[in-house]
Order: sequence, then C-alpha cells, then structure tokens
Amino acid sequence: MVLNCKHVWKEISNYIDGTVPPELRDSIEQHLANCRHCAAVLDSTRNILYLIADERTFALPVGYSDRLHLRLQNAINTEEADP
Amino acid sequence: MFHELVRPYEKSVYFAAYSILQNEHDAEDVAQETVLKALRSLHTFRAESKFSTWLVSIALNEARGRLRHERLIQFDSVDAIPDEDSGDFTPAVISDWREVPLEALERKELRDMLRKAIRGLPAMYREVLVLRDVQDLSIAETAAALGVNDGVVKTRLLRARLMMQKVLAPQLNIGRGGLLGMFKRRAGGSWF
Repeated sequence: MVLNCKHVWKEISNYIDGTVPPELRDSIEQHLANCRHCAAVLDSTRNILYLIADERTFALPVGYSDRLHLRLQNAINTEEADP
Repeated sequence: MFHELVRPYEKSVYFAAYSILQNEHDAEDVAQETVLKALRSLHTFRAESKFSTWLVSIALNEARGRLRHERLIQFDSVDAIPDEDSGDFTPAVISDWREVPLEALERKELRDMLRKAIRGLPAMYREVLVLRDVQDLSIAETAAALGVNDGVVKTRLLRARLMMQKVLAPQLNIGRGGLLGMFKRRAGGSWF
C-alpha cells in the first residue's frame, strides 16, 4: 500500500502508540524512510510528548499531598464523631 | 485504610482536575473534594471498574461542575464543539527536527511554553492529552474516565497531538531560530 503524507499524519498518533496493524505500519515506515517532512513531523511530535510527560513540566503544588490527607483525616474524624 | 487506597492516585486526581480548570488552586481544591466524595460514596463503587478510573472520573465531573458554576463553561464550550470527523489534521510541516533533550526542561521558558500550548487546546482535546500523555493512562482507562469509547479517545488524541506539534514544533526547532535556539545562544553553545 502506497501512502501519501496526509494518510501518514492521520495515523501518526496510532503509530506512536503502536496500535496500527502490521501491514499499515510497514507502509508508514516505508513512507517515513523516503519523506523527510513526515519523519520530522513524527520525531517532533514524539519529542513533544516526552517533554510534556516529564514531571518537571507539570509538578504537583508543594505540600499538596499533606494538605489532601489532612483534609481527608479531618473528614474521617468528623464522620466518626458524628456518623 | 482509605488514605492508602487513595495515595497512588492522588496525582492523577489532581491532573484530571487541572486538565479542565487550568488553575493550580482550583485543581487542588477539586482534588480534595474528589477524595472526600469518594470516601462518602465508596459503597457505590463497583469492582468492575478500576478504582483509579472511578476516582479520575469523579475528579473530571467535579471540575466540570465547578467550571459550569463559574459560568466559564460557556466560554470553553465554544471551542469544545468541533466535529469529531472533520477539521484539519495538518501538522507543522518541517524539513528536519533536532531533538530537544529532557534536560532543557530545567528552563522555565520551555516549561511555560509547553503548559501554554496545552492550555490553548480546546477542552475536549486537552483532557485526553493530559490523561493519556501526561498521566500515562491507557486508551481504555482514558475512555472509561471520560465516559466515551476508545475510538473517540484515539481521534481526539490525534488532533491534540498534532495541534501541539503544530504550535510547538516551529517554536522549538533550533534550525529555524526558535526559542531553544535562543537558549542555546544565550548559554554559549551548550544547554546550560
């Protein structure tokens, strides 16, 4: 199967997730080997996903967990005192 | 003990709320409300769904409720309507890509740029991207938390990822004099 760039873009997310069927994956890889634009789109998308998944990009507020469990404990104590 | 039951998922609960509210203070508040609600509704939890998915879906609902309450939903729903099957899938077409290393995240400018790009996504795409790509939920878990099917998650994810690429790739591409090129020049040729 010969794919054009638009076909590849449409499948790029599933390709990154490894959920495209083997035959389609082979066709995508054949296209990528010959199309520097699509290869750059794939590399940049994947790179951006690594960056947003990093804990430094989205950190929890300092003390979040302590405040959460304190509030939870207060609620548990109140319910125990006044079931 | 309920504390220990919740602890592994408290981060997911926070980011689920954050994906909708886009505000740290409100997201934390909703995360707390979520856990309290889960405590009170534990008897309604059905073992066929995962506890994590159940918690995340409570957080999403609580966050949406708060947004609706603040009437911000009207603003958000304008861009939350796009047709699932139409629209463009066009990424930023670039001719080459130089990898941005994870160490570059030490730069506040880069972190801000990434967060701003996510904030700029329509809500329906932002939610999927945060759950799947920031929180690393599976497609099935993301679908269950959002109450949609796997196909919808995949379609939204494709859009979300390409929108991120379209916004960020030109800014990040060193070869085109993007922001990281500027970092590099400032740092005298190395990242730091």
